[in-house]
Amino acid sequence: MELTKLSKGQKGVVKGLKASGALKQRLFSLGIVRGATIEVVDCSLSKATIEVKIGNTLVALRDSEAKDIEVEAQ
Amino acid sequence: MAGCNSCEDVELQNRVKEKKENYCTFENSGKPTGLGAIKVVMAGQPNVGKSMLINALSGTNKGKVGNFSGVTVDSLEVCFEHHCHKFDLIDLPGTYSLEAFSQEEIVAKDFLLNEDYDVIINVVDSTNLERNLLLTTELLELNKKVVVALNMADEARSDGIDIDLAQFKKLLGVDAVIVSAKNKEGIDELLDTVHTVADNAREPNNLVYSDFLEEEIIKVEKFLSERGFSYKDLTNREVAIALLLKNEKVYKQIHENPIMVELFPLIQDALEHIYTHLETKDINEIKAIEHNGIARGVVLEVVNQKAQPKSLSLTQKIDSVLVHKLFGLPIFLLFMWLLFQATFEFGNLPMEYIDSAIGAFGDFIGGFISNDDIRSLVVDGIISGVGAVLLFLPNIIILYIGIALLETTGYMSRVAFLLDGFFHKFGLHGKSFIPLVTGFGCSVPAYMAARTLKSEKDRLITLFIIGFMSCGARLPIYVLFTGAFFSQSVAGNVLFLIYVSGAIFGLIMAKLLRVLVFRSKDEPFVMEMPKYRLPSFKLIWHTVYSNAKGYIKKAGTFILLASMFVWFASNYPKNSNLELTYQSKIEKTDSSEEKKSLALELKQKELEQSYLGQIGKATEPFFAPLGFDWRLSVALEAGLAAKEVVVSTLGVLYSIGEVDESSHSLKEIIAKELTLPVAVSFIVFVMLYLPCFAASMVFAKESGGFKYVVYLFVFTTTAAWVMSFIAYRVTLLL
Repeated sequence: MELTKLSKGQKGVVKGLKASGALKQRLFSLGIVRGATIEVVDCSLSKATIEVKIGNTLVALRDSEAKDIEVEAQ
Repeated sequence: MAGCNSCEDVELQNRVKEKKENYCTFENSGKPTGLGAIKVVMAGQPNVGKSMLINALSGTNKGKVGNFSGVTVDSLEVCFEHHCHKFDLIDLPGTYSLEAFSQEEIVAKDFLLNEDYDVIINVVDSTNLERNLLLTTELLELNKKVVVALNMADEARSDGIDIDLAQFKKLLGVDAVIVSAKNKEGIDELLDTVHTVADNAREPNNLVYSDFLEEEIIKVEKFLSERGFSYKDLTNREVAIALLLKNEKVYKQIHENPIMVELFPLIQDALEHIYTHLETKDINEIKAIEHNGIARGVVLEVVNQKAQPKSLSLTQKIDSVLVHKLFGLPIFLLFMWLLFQATFEFGNLPMEYIDSAIGAFGDFIGGFISNDDIRSLVVDGIISGVGAVLLFLPNIIILYIGIALLETTGYMSRVAFLLDGFFHKFGLHGKSFIPLVTGFGCSVPAYMAARTLKSEKDRLITLFIIGFMSCGARLPIYVLFTGAFFSQSVAGNVLFLIYVSGAIFGLIMAKLLRVLVFRSKDEPFVMEMPKYRLPSFKLIWHTVYSNAKGYIKKAGTFILLASMFVWFASNYPKNSNLELTYQSKIEKTDSSEEKKSLALELKQKELEQSYLGQIGKATEPFFAPLGFDWRLSVALEAGLAAKEVVVSTLGVLYSIGEVDESSHSLKEIIAKELTLPVAVSFIVFVMLYLPCFAASMVFAKESGGFKYVVYLFVFTTTAAWVMSFIAYRVTLLL
């Protein structure tokens, strides 16, 4: 399922990235790779932007980027 | 090392003065005596305290430190003396990865890959080791000398994080030192380690990959060794890794070697194995998975962390308020409102004293000068002009404190998060917020901060609207005019309104530019939200001090010259006929009233026919529909050089035209001479027209050419003229 489907406070394991090129690379370098655990911490009013936690890192993502991250809910 | 021991006990400060003979040599590296500066590159991810570490290392406060990505925007070199050795420290922009994403990361990558240096200090955040190690592994794969600085040891301790240093060094096969830039802990040890590492031959690292990858590495390595292959100073294992991970540089350099004929099928075969194993053919993903595996493995073995770090939990708690769905934005606006209130209210407290002190100083100095022309130059030109600018120093200081707080606490990234949805609608990127807010301080660093934006078009749009964020140098003009036309109680609000309307106008222009000029696909928004950190007093002090110093320096040099120039242009050419006619007129009348008004008329006539008056008169028709007389026109034109000059020019022009010496204050004169609609129109024009000359030059550099400055000039002047016209006409109706 897509990362956006997780609700606030829910955790998931990254299964794959649909993104490509530079964006994919950026996600990699923030630790968002297959097998990593990701948690949705917060989202903005319209759910346009969400805040996730990978390890000890907090990352802000736009909805359209979050859709590119395939996760399996934990 | 024997030669160096004698130097170790010499005081650091004295060392600079010491003779060249005392300089030690690099005994093993064979570098020339005394000249052997160790070239050290500081590399690390954003927000790891890299610049602060540089400050601690060099003992000076040269680098600028901040808590959001993009503060260290350019490579800077800081040199200092240590153990008789010079260290050249090169501070690279923070980079998450060597697979560059933003423009400033490309700067870091290019330097690390292509430049010549001795040692990399890889600064890592001990409280977030796992992610930081993703860069460390990439750096180790460069096969250069690396020293890892495990920074923020103080924070790690209070977070209950314990790092087994010996195990860390063993696992990665790299030298490492636990440091705390904040507490100056481990600094000497770090320098010693760098020194030793630079002196000795490079040791291969100890990265261990997944079993299946290791298998292939060993196969390739064995093949290379059997053929007696050797490449530069790399071991065959390092060559094998480089080949399997598709290191372009290594490929480029050995592809013509005959060994490639046999090597190719081997590598092809190995890669196929790897692909099937990891179910991907994307070499970057393979690297990412491998690096993540190594990082996770190392952290598991060396980090003893019982619970989630306290600082992270605290950050999440603060975030639940500051990035709150409903309250987040209002809280941000409240902060900004408070900042502008403080800028006006507190900034105005010492103003009266400074103002009267400057006036008294002018009178005092004037008393010593007998020559009329020289006295006029010093008192009306230099002291009025420079004084008018210095008067606003308190306001500037408060504004800079506010912006420094925003920068250093980590709040800036939150605002980018909050505003992205909104900014997105206007065709901007959430990250544009950072350069835009910097623009409230000064446009020059703001233009450079725009480098954090990845997309060229996002960057250009942001560059074009930065000028609409009124910089600190425009503040004096606003303070002067709002102070003259509004009561003390509402002036702060008016100031806030000016800044907000500038920002809103900028957003609208951004949308316009996005729709009409810079059409492009949406750029992804992925941004780290750094942990909240208490701003260090030293850091704030340093930022504010250097900005205030710059402001005073500018007043003492550039503004001084400009004031003299404006004075000259407003006093010459002298017209003796005019003077004679008026002198005789004055002598003929008996009424002192009449004499006074004639004298005033003479001064005005003289001003009007001066060089400045001529320029003003020539351009007056352009500004006339906005309600500006020639004096305001000239002030605006002078403001193209620097915005501070607007106030100093007004100071000179109005102090000459003023015969009634009892009113010293420019504010009073302006309140008397101008009407509210003119003032509003003037403020709007100042708010929107071209930033200063220095900023325009930086703009040209950042946007990629002088033609963009021409566009910017036309764009801002048109915007300023049209909006001033509307503002003037509307206020007239009120």
